[in-house]
Amino acid sequence: MRRLLDLLAPLALIVVLLAGWEIACRALEIPAYFLPTPSAVIASLWTDAPTLLISAGNTLTMALAALIMASLTAQLLALLVALSPILERAIKPLAVVLQVTPVVAIAPLVVIWAGIDHPERAIIALAAVVAFFPIFSGAVTGLKAADPDLERLFDLYGAGRVKRLLRLRLPSAVPFLLEGHKVAAGLALIGAVVAEFVAGSGGAQGLAWRILEAGNRLQTARMFAALVVLGLMGALLYAGLARLERSGLRWWRGR
Amino acid sequence: MEPFVAELAQVEVEYGGGSLALGPIDLGLAPGQITALVGPSGCGKSTALRLLAGLEAPTRGGVRRTAGRGETSVVFQAPTLAPWLSALDNVALPLELSGLPRATARDRAEAALGRVGLAAATNARPAQLSGGMAMRVSLARALVTEPRLLLLDEPFAALDEITRRSLADDVLRLWAETRPAIIFVTHSVEEAVYMASRVVVFSRGPGKIAGELTVAGPAPRPEGFRTTEAFRATVEAVSRVLAKGMEMAP
Repeated sequence: MRRLLDLLAPLALIVVLLAGWEIACRALEIPAYFLPTPSAVIASLWTDAPTLLISAGNTLTMALAALIMASLTAQLLALLVALSPILERAIKPLAVVLQVTPVVAIAPLVVIWAGIDHPERAIIALAAVVAFFPIFSGAVTGLKAADPDLERLFDLYGAGRVKRLLRLRLPSAVPFLLEGHKVAAGLALIGAVVAEFVAGSGGAQGLAWRILEAGNRLQTARMFAALVVLGLMGALLYAGLARLERSGLRWWRGR
Repeated sequence: MEPFVAELAQVEVEYGGGSLALGPIDLGLAPGQITALVGPSGCGKSTALRLLAGLEAPTRGGVRRTAGRGETSVVFQAPTLAPWLSALDNVALPLELSGLPRATARDRAEAALGRVGLAAATNARPAQLSGGMAMRVSLARALVTEPRLLLLDEPFAALDEITRRSLADDVLRLWAETRPAIIFVTHSVEEAVYMASRVVVFSRGPGKIAGELTVAGPAPRPEGFRTTEAFRATVEAVSRVLAKGMEMAP
């Protein structure tokens, strides 16, 4: 009963808000290009579903490709940093600079490098830049997060660098890696959308492009429909990764 | 006389700022002897333990050890188990790290878990064990290498009284099997007197040995040892030295 209420409460609020919106739009005769009624948005969701889904697929594919790229480079660099303090001092400032530079600012440059015919490459690269940092910093922290007493035991047992890395530091880093990937996945999606806006080309045909295109034509209901799809996709991606993190932790901890 | 398993000779340890944290201290551990270190917090008991284990180097003075690294085991205040490994793999870890084949290591680990009464928990992960059980796994991991020197750093501090007592008896029973030299740090005078044949009392600021007492009586302890007159008299004596050491401290 309690769970049913928990589930119904947010739904009820959404229904009330949508009803209020619908009534207000009709009563105040707000023009559709300014604020479409929820029913118009739903209608647009229905009729534009094929294009929206394809675009959502494109954006998701680019975000996931970026996530994989970011994951590989971030973990490789974190491993190097963990093995050598000198490399750490060398790499860390650069990584921080990369982190604090807004993706929008470097986007035009990356678009030029990727070539005007390959906007998707620029988008993947930019999203990867955004997704890189949480994985990198999680991995660096995780590789140093081993229980200091366990480290002492490894000293006592005379474990060398490689054994220590494989049998202590890497397993200790697992929870941090899971958390880093969860955060990075959300950022990759945001990065892909932002990069799409900046790349501003129809070549990649992602959700951001649909929003831009509909905006240019003042098809505001369609913009809303694209936003709804984007929000749902983000929520699903986050929920999926949160679940993955939980089961990953269960496997790591044994319960 | 047999040489010490590990010995501190005029050892001093300084803090980063150069002030003296510990010493000078002379402390030798005879083979097969159980020594307890008691003293107020921050008196350098754990530092002394790490020096004896070779996990830390003194600022001045000598540390002599005849027990090699592979013959030394440590049990910390927390069980310090790897959460991603089963109890069995945790216990097998020191053997595997020292290069033993996995199958042999696991066989010996299984036997060690049996000796601490956890034969049924070999596949359990640390998160599935109670505090006392996890401590037993930690003990099994320390004993699996058949050490000549076993260092226990407040191993029962986080446990309830009943579990503490039963673990103390376990340690004594296991000690009787192979008779390693044991040195253990504790806050509890009663625990020190119950387990050790020799109690070393530390005082603070800088950490020094305030006194040393010998505990008479058979080892392992017979039933009801805690209620004997001798036990109570020794606890009293140790407490007096401890109190005197506290007075001396600034």
